[in-house]
Amino acid sequence: MFSQIPLEHILLLSAALFTIGVLAVITKRHAVVVLMGIELIFNAANLNLVAFSRHDPQLLQGQLFSLFVILVAAAEAAVALAIVLRVYQHFKTANLNQIVSKGA
Amino acid sequence: MLFYIFAAVAILSGAYMVLTRNLLYAGFSLLLTLLSIAAIYVLLFADFVAVTQLMVYVGGVLVLILFGIMLSSRVHNKSVMSENTNVGWGISISLLTLIGLSYTIWRAGFSSLPWIQQADTNVLGGQKSTVQLIGIKLMTDFVLPFEIASLLLLIALMGAAYIATGKEKV
Repeated sequence: MFSQIPLEHILLLSAALFTIGVLAVITKRHAVVVLMGIELIFNAANLNLVAFSRHDPQLLQGQLFSLFVILVAAAEAAVALAIVLRVYQHFKTANLNQIVSKGA
Repeated sequence: MLFYIFAAVAILSGAYMVLTRNLLYAGFSLLLTLLSIAAIYVLLFADFVAVTQLMVYVGGVLVLILFGIMLSSRVHNKSVMSENTNVGWGISISLLTLIGLSYTIWRAGFSSLPWIQQADTNVLGGQKSTVQLIGIKLMTDFVLPFEIASLLLLIALMGAAYIATGKEKV
């Protein structure tokens, strides 16, 4: 009834999402976009955990681990955005290069 | 097949998130990526994780990020833009990462691992949803991480509120 998705294809999708997240973190200079890249990296890791958890249907350890990852990511996003807002109020910019040159 | 459609949507909107310079467009393409990842969770028999993804990421983190974009950009007449730096380094590093990961995944042969070959992928032994099993696991085997997670959420909530309100300068 259900057709199995090959495990490698899910892992390749997760690798592509991880790469996009790394690219966003490296190239973007606005602090919020860097946070968005980090969220994408978290999602790529979660996809791997859930994909392997499919072969572990009695224990579901991968799914439970991914739930905790989602939770920690939410906490991280809240604190990081609060810090970004404070930095923006202090330096009047959210551009990371300008913050580094002003703070140094 | 449905999985490949959602995978293509996720990768394309993720790529658009990196390529566009408009912050709001980036936020909404991240929304599309998160939604298609939730759909892929459903296809992988992880219904509770999919619902959690929808509620926490799409309903919570993305709204926070949109607030962050609104509050941390001067919105005069021009639209909110972001600049790029290190483009050459970024593209080369991420291309190398992608090639390395794909080569590793291709060579490792995860599908022929013994525990995956022997795994009973007959969907959850006839169970319809994973909610009951996850609830039992959270209250028995994973009760310590569960409690620590609740403490972490409380601390993060208080810390974020304290940092963001900003006391008056002394």
